[in-house]
Amino acid sequence: MKLIRWKVAILAIVCSALPSLAGDVGVPIRNCTWCHGTSAQGYANAPRLAGQRFRYLQNQLARFFAHVRDNPLSQQYMWSAAEALDPLTAHDLAVHFSLLPPLAANDGIKELAVVGASLYIDGSPENDIVSCAVCHGPNGEGIGEIPRLAGLSFAYLRRRLAEWNEGFDLAAAPPMPHIASRLGPYEIDALASYLSFVQSTPNDNDIAP
Amino acid sequence: MKVIGLQLMLPAAILALVFSLAEGASGRDRNRGKVVRAHSASKIEYCMDCHGSGGQGYFGYLVMPRLAGQTPEYLENQLRAFVEHTRDRGLFINMARVHGLSPELRASLASQFNSFNPRPVGGGTRGAAERGRKIFEEGIPEANVPACAACHGPEGQGEGPNARLGGQLFPYTVNTLKNWSRERTGTSASIMAPIARSLSQSDILAVAAYMSNLR
Repeated sequence: MKLIRWKVAILAIVCSALPSLAGDVGVPIRNCTWCHGTSAQGYANAPRLAGQRFRYLQNQLARFFAHVRDNPLSQQYMWSAAEALDPLTAHDLAVHFSLLPPLAANDGIKELAVVGASLYIDGSPENDIVSCAVCHGPNGEGIGEIPRLAGLSFAYLRRRLAEWNEGFDLAAAPPMPHIASRLGPYEIDALASYLSFVQSTPNDNDIAP
Repeated sequence: MKVIGLQLMLPAAILALVFSLAEGASGRDRNRGKVVRAHSASKIEYCMDCHGSGGQGYFGYLVMPRLAGQTPEYLENQLRAFVEHTRDRGLFINMARVHGLSPELRASLASQFNSFNPRPVGGGTRGAAERGRKIFEEGIPEANVPACAACHGPEGQGEGPNARLGGQLFPYTVNTLKNWSRERTGTSASIMAPIARSLSQSDILAVAAYMSNLR
């Protein structure tokens, strides 16, 4: 009798733990928030997922799964993270994170932010650098599949831009590899700094299927 | 002997000077052509970063129109209009700056884009396209709207300063017609003003949809 009560007790404890493994949102976000932060605002090398365009997140998960996005940290962490993801779960995760409010990282170089702002809006036509804003929006909010850049961390943005020039992720949606090739380290630092300070309005997420 | 030598030398010297100047002038032109071509090669990639790798247009936060197959005269007119601010919708981006090009570059880029022919990006609502075809080919007589084909060509291929409309991005055409007089104030644009004004919203949607799929 005592043994049965013990078994029942253990079963009860285990069963009560199962829902929290799925997160109380019904989507397995725990696998992501381990690295991307409990509120998905990003942590260390892992970028903020909160408030990112859901189509962009979905696309990146597919590209990690297919080993197309081959940046060093992508290979090291995201290839295995995306291995077990079926498209439906990837979609659910993407939508979940896209609805969280994005917070600005505010970790750029303040003195470069003004230069970065001008580069972001109008580019530098003399140097064949196009405006970022025409695709990514006047406030870095993105649209459709084009990612929200506003408030992403300085280190992440800088690394992402620099790595295109190092030959990684060349299969990225055109024209990003070519645009990045026009940017020198100063321009990259300026853009990444400016963007890290831009606070987004969380309400402009699109969640159309 | 000395006198004869001088008599020969002077005209010879003058001829030599004239020839060398002529040589220098065409040599400078040849070099200038090379410089324009070199700039044009990197510049066209700059254009294509926004307007698509084949000039087919791109849906960013702003809609970047199709340049492929566009008439060179229309393209050059628009590039000039941006710089002269006779085309200006007050967008957040400085259109005069990002489209600022020297006249030779304008001509070179315009002729290159004219030669591209990618498939239309499409995206126009298909239901309205049949009505759009009617407007395109016959106009709307009761509203004093002439047939688009009359000036823009039976396949919307364009003619001189009249733009190619075939394959143009649907939302771009819609916005262009809706905002015509607000955006385009140059004398060459004024011919379209009463036409754009006479088109109803549903006319605009129909004809834009039809043209977005025209090859």
